[in-house]
Amino acid sequence: MTTTEILNLLPYSPPFLFADELCEISEDGVKGTYTYKPDEFFYQGHFTNFPITPGVILTETMAQIGAVCLGIYLFRNKMQGPEIPQIALTSVEINFHAPVFPGEKVTVISQKKYFRFNKLCCAVEMRNSHDIIVCSGSISGFIKSKKCTKE
Amino acid sequence: MTTEALMEKLKGIVKPYVKSEEGFKNMTENSDFLNDLKINSANLVDVILDIETEFDIIIDNDSMEKMLNVKAAMDIITTKLNEK
Repeated sequence: MTTTEILNLLPYSPPFLFADELCEISEDGVKGTYTYKPDEFFYQGHFTNFPITPGVILTETMAQIGAVCLGIYLFRNKMQGPEIPQIALTSVEINFHAPVFPGEKVTVISQKKYFRFNKLCCAVEMRNSHDIIVCSGSISGFIKSKKCTKE
Repeated sequence: MTTEALMEKLKGIVKPYVKSEEGFKNMTENSDFLNDLKINSANLVDVILDIETEFDIIIDNDSMEKMLNVKAAMDIITTKLNEK
């Protein structure tokens, strides 16, 4: 399964897709990037006249790249025929270390802690373009597949 | 291992994931992990992984699906321990 195929299977679309590129993926983990565009919808209100990427969006970015992309990859052999993966987030524990401003490119690095009984638990961190840790923690979710209804 | 000793070990394992103190206080062999102890299905996976570590056994998918209450968990642990 190629990284492009994984990105195409992501169940998100703009303005809520936060994964541009996957640089590495394996059974053990994934590394991917996203650049926050200066006109992302949430900068309008977070904060008033002082745009900073919200922690929930950083968390979502870590989840989409670090847990969902990795989950799709690990689940690849369990999908049969025209099925698409479905993900349910089950827990998140994140610490925030530095702010992320509009236009910044971030790299998410995720390492699998375990993937058992369809539950994926990973240690995830996000770094900015200066290689400084922006946030880090642990994200878990269940993955299953459902019949694809798209043509 | 006696049933009582097994029960005590199991109580220690489930405690961090239990969301019903009432259910935990009254935990018996008949307690259901999800309905009585209010452990969510994601944390039930953690309970099973902790059981594997504690007893040094491997729980397969079939056993996992049966592990919905204390009695079933104790039976499976006992069986796996005897297989060792």
